[in-house]
Amino acid sequence: MKKWLIPVIIIAVIGFGIYNWAVGFNNTAIELNENVSEAWGNVQTSYQRRNDLIGNLVNTVKGAADFEKSTLEAVIKARSEATKTTIDPSNITPEQLQQFNQAQGGLSSALSRLLVTVEQYPELKANQNFLKLQDELTSTENTIQTARTRYNEAIKPYNNHVKKFPNSILAGFFNFEGKPYFDAEAGAEKPVDVEFDFN
Amino acid sequence: MIITKQIKILIILFVGFCFSQKALAQFNIPDIPKEQTSVYDYISLLSTSEKSSLENKLIKYSDTTSTQIVVAIIATTQGENIGLLTAKWAHEWGIGQAKEDNGVFVLLARDDRKIWISPGYGVEHKLTAGIVGELTRNVIIPEFKKGDYYSGLDKGTDAIFEILMGEYQGSRKSNNDSEFPIGVIFFLFIVFVIILISISKNRRGGKGGPGNNSGGGFSILDAIILSNMGRGSYGGSSGGFGSSSGGGFSGGGFGGGFGGGGFSGGGAGGSW
Repeated sequence: MKKWLIPVIIIAVIGFGIYNWAVGFNNTAIELNENVSEAWGNVQTSYQRRNDLIGNLVNTVKGAADFEKSTLEAVIKARSEATKTTIDPSNITPEQLQQFNQAQGGLSSALSRLLVTVEQYPELKANQNFLKLQDELTSTENTIQTARTRYNEAIKPYNNHVKKFPNSILAGFFNFEGKPYFDAEAGAEKPVDVEFDFN
Repeated sequence: MIITKQIKILIILFVGFCFSQKALAQFNIPDIPKEQTSVYDYISLLSTSEKSSLENKLIKYSDTTSTQIVVAIIATTQGENIGLLTAKWAHEWGIGQAKEDNGVFVLLARDDRKIWISPGYGVEHKLTAGIVGELTRNVIIPEFKKGDYYSGLDKGTDAIFEILMGEYQGSRKSNNDSEFPIGVIFFLFIVFVIILISISKNRRGGKGGPGNNSGGGFSILDAIILSNMGRGSYGGSSGGFGSSSGGGFSGGGFGGGFGGGGFSGGGAGGSW
């Protein structure tokens, strides 16, 4: 009787240990994943805010007499492109992120070209509404930058948790994949500097 | 005309490139100070009396509204984007209350000739970048141009007060748990009820006859012991409460320190 009891106890203890480990892993991964989703939400909100502001900016600039059409159109086009690219926060793939990055980067560079051109319109630069818009835009660019940094910061503990051995075995089992970092993309690694001083 | 403009753009791009290189030399955000107050003048830009008057004004404001406005004065951001640095710094220090996120951080870099104001999440809707930018341009910068840093900060913070009027109400937090006195009162109430019950029992016992008297005596003793216990613990707890509130007030600075408020990274500023 004792002979079979001991192995059963050992198996039960090991089984219980594995169960605890798996539950612990799963719950921590879910928690960290939530943090990542939240951080991604902030990234998207800040980009969305920029899109809204650009709409206002375009309207304000249009009001200025015979403003260069081509620059404005480039911004409008880049904006609609950027709005089209959205990402499902629960399943961010490197390709999706790159696409998103590229679209937003295109908008960033079109926007900075617009703001350079604006310098030739003194009546616009003296416009209180325009100045406020500029402030809002700078602020939003900073918010975007901060949100991206925090997103990367949220990814790190998640990836460490999911990718390290032996957790990586369970990660495959529970379907937790590593998440891609936000790389600085061309034209957007630096926030658009809206404080030009030509005089 | 057009050619010179292009050259200027090139120069700006070049300068921007230099700055992005320089950005590698990071500005180190100071550790959260032990004594958490409203003004940190790292380069002694303000005189002692100016500093303490601004400090007291902001602490009083925090006492009545729980909104923490903190001013830091440094020489230079060492090439870092002041807009990003300000919010990062404020977020790291956790200025404002955690629940309300009602902190405002003002960073002045004297040698860069730049000032930046970052509002926490909870005051962003009032202190939008447009409003803060306007405030900086119209209120703060003119004073700074005159070389009067104190007056700029003083008027600037007054303007922030006005914008935030009635947004948050606060009570000065003591360093200890604020629920403490409620527990004491509840305990005293229970002791009081027990005493009342025991006294009424004793009376009834007295009416019943001499046989029950000894029981009544015991319950009086019980009540005395209980009330002593109550008194003892009340004395101890009141001592604890007194010391905590004393510590909060005598130390100066914000009661309860920075609350752990969050910052999105937004904000506005200007240069002079």
